[in-house]
Amino acid sequence: MAKLTLVFFLSFLIFSSSIAFQSDELLVDDDEFGLEGAKPRSTDLYTSSSSPQQQQQQSPTIRRRYSDPTDLDSKVQFTLEHAFGDSDFSPAGTFSARLKTWSHGGKTLTKLRFSRNDFSAEEKDAFKNLLKGDDFYRIRLPSNVVSPPGREFVVASVRARCLPRDGLDEHFIIHMEGANILAVSYGSPGACQYPRQFKLPAKWSFNSHTILKSSEQAPRTPIFTEEILGSENAEGEVEPPPERSFWAKYWMYLIPLGLVVMNAVTQASNMAEEPTGGQAGGAQVQQPARRR
Amino acid sequence: MAIRVFLVLVLFLSSAIVSFSLYEDQAGLADWHQRYIGKVKHAVFHTQKTGRKRVIVSTEENVVASLDLRHGEIFWRHVLGTKDAIDGVGIALGKYVITLSSEGSTLRAWNLPDGQMVWETALHSAHHSKSLLSVPINLKVDKDYPITVFGGGYLHAVSALDGEVLWEKDFTAEGFEVQRVLQPLGSTVIYVLGFVNLSEAVVYQIDSKIGEVVAQKSMVFPGGFSGEISSVSSDKVVVLDSKKSILVTIGFIDGDISFQKTPVSDLVENSGNAEILSPLLSNMLAVKVNKRTIFVKVGGEGKLEVVDSLSDETAMSDSLPVADDQEAFASVHHEGSKIHLMVKLVNELDNVLLRETIQMDQHRGRVHKVFMNNYVRTDRSNGFRALIVMEDHSLLLLQQGAIVWSREEGLASVTDVTTAELPVEKDGVSVAKVEHTLFEWLKGHVLKLKGSLLLASPEDVVAIQELRVKSSGKNKLTRDHNGFRKLILALTRAGKLFALHTGDGRIVWSMLLKSQACERPNGISLYQWQVPHHHAMDKNPSVLVVGRCGSDSSAPGVLSFVDVYTGKEITSSDIGHSVVQVLPLPFTDSTEQRLHLIADTVGHVHLYPKTSEALSIFQREFQNIYWYTVGADDGIIRGHVMKSSCSGETADEYCFTTRELWTVVFPSESEKIISTLTRKPNEVVHTQAKVNTDQDLLYKYVSRNLLFVATVSPKGAGEIGSVTPEESSLVVYLIDTITGRILHRLSHQGCQGPVHAVFSENWVVYHYFNLRAHKYEVTVVEIYDQSRAENKNVWKLILGKHNLTAPITSYSRPEVFTKSQSYFFAQSVKTIAVTSTAKGITSKQLLIGTIGDQILALDKRFVDPRRTLNPSQAEKEEGIIPLTDSLPIIPQSYVTHSHRVEGLKGIVTAPSKLESTTHVFAYGVDLFYTRLAPSKTYDSLTDDFSYALLLITIVALVAAIYITWALSEKKELSEKWR
Repeated sequence: MAKLTLVFFLSFLIFSSSIAFQSDELLVDDDEFGLEGAKPRSTDLYTSSSSPQQQQQQSPTIRRRYSDPTDLDSKVQFTLEHAFGDSDFSPAGTFSARLKTWSHGGKTLTKLRFSRNDFSAEEKDAFKNLLKGDDFYRIRLPSNVVSPPGREFVVASVRARCLPRDGLDEHFIIHMEGANILAVSYGSPGACQYPRQFKLPAKWSFNSHTILKSSEQAPRTPIFTEEILGSENAEGEVEPPPERSFWAKYWMYLIPLGLVVMNAVTQASNMAEEPTGGQAGGAQVQQPARRR
Repeated sequence: MAIRVFLVLVLFLSSAIVSFSLYEDQAGLADWHQRYIGKVKHAVFHTQKTGRKRVIVSTEENVVASLDLRHGEIFWRHVLGTKDAIDGVGIALGKYVITLSSEGSTLRAWNLPDGQMVWETALHSAHHSKSLLSVPINLKVDKDYPITVFGGGYLHAVSALDGEVLWEKDFTAEGFEVQRVLQPLGSTVIYVLGFVNLSEAVVYQIDSKIGEVVAQKSMVFPGGFSGEISSVSSDKVVVLDSKKSILVTIGFIDGDISFQKTPVSDLVENSGNAEILSPLLSNMLAVKVNKRTIFVKVGGEGKLEVVDSLSDETAMSDSLPVADDQEAFASVHHEGSKIHLMVKLVNELDNVLLRETIQMDQHRGRVHKVFMNNYVRTDRSNGFRALIVMEDHSLLLLQQGAIVWSREEGLASVTDVTTAELPVEKDGVSVAKVEHTLFEWLKGHVLKLKGSLLLASPEDVVAIQELRVKSSGKNKLTRDHNGFRKLILALTRAGKLFALHTGDGRIVWSMLLKSQACERPNGISLYQWQVPHHHAMDKNPSVLVVGRCGSDSSAPGVLSFVDVYTGKEITSSDIGHSVVQVLPLPFTDSTEQRLHLIADTVGHVHLYPKTSEALSIFQREFQNIYWYTVGADDGIIRGHVMKSSCSGETADEYCFTTRELWTVVFPSESEKIISTLTRKPNEVVHTQAKVNTDQDLLYKYVSRNLLFVATVSPKGAGEIGSVTPEESSLVVYLIDTITGRILHRLSHQGCQGPVHAVFSENWVVYHYFNLRAHKYEVTVVEIYDQSRAENKNVWKLILGKHNLTAPITSYSRPEVFTKSQSYFFAQSVKTIAVTSTAKGITSKQLLIGTIGDQILALDKRFVDPRRTLNPSQAEKEEGIIPLTDSLPIIPQSYVTHSHRVEGLKGIVTAPSKLESTTHVFAYGVDLFYTRLAPSKTYDSLTDDFSYALLLITIVALVAAIYITWALSEKKELSEKWR
């Protein structure tokens, strides 16, 4: 069984890499979750149909269970549902993950995997209608993964025209708080052009990217005494300030002086136009005198 | 030439004089402060020492105050805390004002002449109950009768001298509710009357000396009581039964209880439900039945007899002893634009002691309350004055057929504020009267010159100060060049709209909200409806006042459109649906009326104005209109989009249905929404980018669709310190309201609300309590856009290969990053605002309303996440302040200087036309207005700039030039002749 899976997996890799590079990176460590602004390390990509994937995702879980019997982790599954415009929600895929329970009682979701069902023929038609009408494609997730649907479903929507590229590219950011889903951000992984153009996808398969995010801790307010700061400042002031240029030091005197000189020059030139040479000479004498 | 040099020098000098705060003589030049008390609940007249007549009032804003009866001025005033509602007020020993507050658990005595607190006693309180205060009226000042206080299930006797509790008696027995505490005058027995389960009357007789129960009697009344009660004399009360159709007189002479039943139908024919009115009349009671007020006389054996009946809209005072053992009371009723005040004797209702007719402003509404007081006239006869509280909460004193004074107490409960421009100065309007003549102008400037050259005598200084306060026509009713003169429109809880002038704070006009559907709509909010500045210039600007019939959110709404210049209502409409949210849209029609959407409780939105033009504009943008709702109770934020016209359900083509686009569901066990905030929709951002010290660019993420949300753990939603740091955490979010994306999420462990926040441009500053550090903290979050970070190349910009002009859509994945930093802040905060200027160039200041009801201006530079411990030289030059762990509170930067805006609730800022200056208006119980220049007035000369000095210098220089020119000519000539 495992061999078969491996063979399939490898062939799948080769197959996918022949089209374009697609990350098959698995989740490495729990600690990597929730680093906002970090690279989406928890990205799982699947393009093929859902049936082989279920085999694939079961295998690691089982393995982990055998290898670590004291683990308190449990496996959870929750479904993604979608709706076209105002239609009712119907299942569209399954998220499966491991719920890690910490010693202090907190719970975190790890090793999230996602299998996306492909559109059926009716769904394709419905989606085409959405594209034509520039309408909303809506998804929802349960707000609690342990006891779905929890209090209420978490809904997100996107204009359908934002999704099609080569295939249908989608990007989930699931905001978690323990076993609760707060919100899901859903849309295309990159930009969505505005005005939105009507464009049918070349392939009717999904490229799904998923990120789990949990809350970021605020840094502690730095506490330091004013004395230390004061002394540091005092030390800083002992250092001689860097020598500034002549212009930086005296610009406020130079500009008025420049104005004065310019005025004098214009006046002198005006006077010079008058015929008598003696006066012109006088003006020339005056000029350096002023400069002093 | 020399003049130019001089001018340059003057300019330098004027900019070099950096005044960080106000000088003493500048106080009151641009600012004003008005003191209010709120809607009066109780009034006690004090007339013993006839020299200083005053009235003690307590109000719904928890204010106890002493007012001058002659002028209505406040002698003294104390604003108690928001949770410290006043239950009763009285005067003891002729020198102490006694107030009972906090549901009968706090008793305080204030010195009557100056309002100093004499003593305060915390009384034992077990549960919520009625609270009753009875202060014995004794004319002998030296003898100390105890004050009896009932509250929280306990009866206390408190010494009036020092507030010592003499004895207390427990009445917390199961089901027992004390209704009245009565003490016959001169008797040592206190009667405590109460009901057990509203069906059994119990009377305790208590010895007032020691607090022992002397006797206890009880009697079951089969019908049950409704709880409405009126005491008519010291041994009788009248109660309504549970069906409100039978009046029951309970007599308890010497402790024996007797019931006497009188059906209301015996008194009035075809009677409906009756209602006992509150005024205390001796041996008489007022009952409201069939929309009329009837006076019922209570006979010696508890017999009831109707003696008079009045129309419904009559307000009455309590009765008051006048000469010869007679009691009198006042009643006020309306007739057109007049009110009639009548004072009658209780025993002989035909004997009208006083009948006065007074013209009353229509915009004050009906009379709500009357408090009567008698005095001895100069001819030794009895005179009466009445203090009346109107529907708009204003307080008036009527005496001798005239309004002696009035106080606009509605302004103590402002709910929403906006600003409006004044009319443009027209050619026809002569303003010369306000301006001084040239001579006066010059004289004034010479005075100022004297002042600035330190030559002025003390009288001159006073004259200069007066001149400055009255200066430059700042009180004119026309628009000025700098935009300093404006109207502040304030909507009060009573539903009255006031227009205040920024120059001196006077009321330019006021208007009471009216409705056909209900008697008294409440004011909710205020919106700019029409601000003509491109088209429709002949129209006056107008505002939209949104009101509601009743306090429930599902009550039908009322819209009123008010002309700003005249204060006249243009139209008003009862819209027939409820008002949950009002969304001003960024579109205006051809007459510059702004489109508004009003959301109701059933999930429909309604478009206003209801014109076909507005509809066509709306249809064009139909796809791009989104809105969101915050469910603070269930912790869910929902985004909505327009769906279709709700023509299927109603014929209204201006009604639209919506559908849900996104939800953010906060887990109810760990997070509770305590604060949400958006940017001001009309805020101007001048620069989209910020230049770093290393010549790097940071693009601000400036979006109108950002929502700041703060949540705390449900346990931590209570008072500060009620939880341990481990139990409470605070999480803040920045959410895009179009797509519901969470752009920023940060949790503060061990922190607690209340959260006060301000959102401007691309930053949020919020204030909360850190339980671990036992200090308040302030955190700043700045959000930057990374998708435009590549636009740094100058060549790209020149060749147009940038994405700066590309339309931005929320459906693109935002590439943002945030920077944040926290600081300690020493004060608790009531509200935070930020200055706003016309173009957004001027640097910003945070205006922090502190717990001391003052406003502190703090430069935004202090809350900059780029602050570091040791900024480099370049950073210092840029103005980055070295990082400190707490924000400084500089005493000089209190913009309220010596004033306190008591009961501070909100701060509103509005730009003036001059970029450097912003209007600041703070409201609470008091009002305060000032103009601020966060970066100093770099774009104008100051008010006290001495033009005379400049003029004289110019004249002198010109003269000097001519003289020297003449001299040099002369010299040259003489040299040529040599």
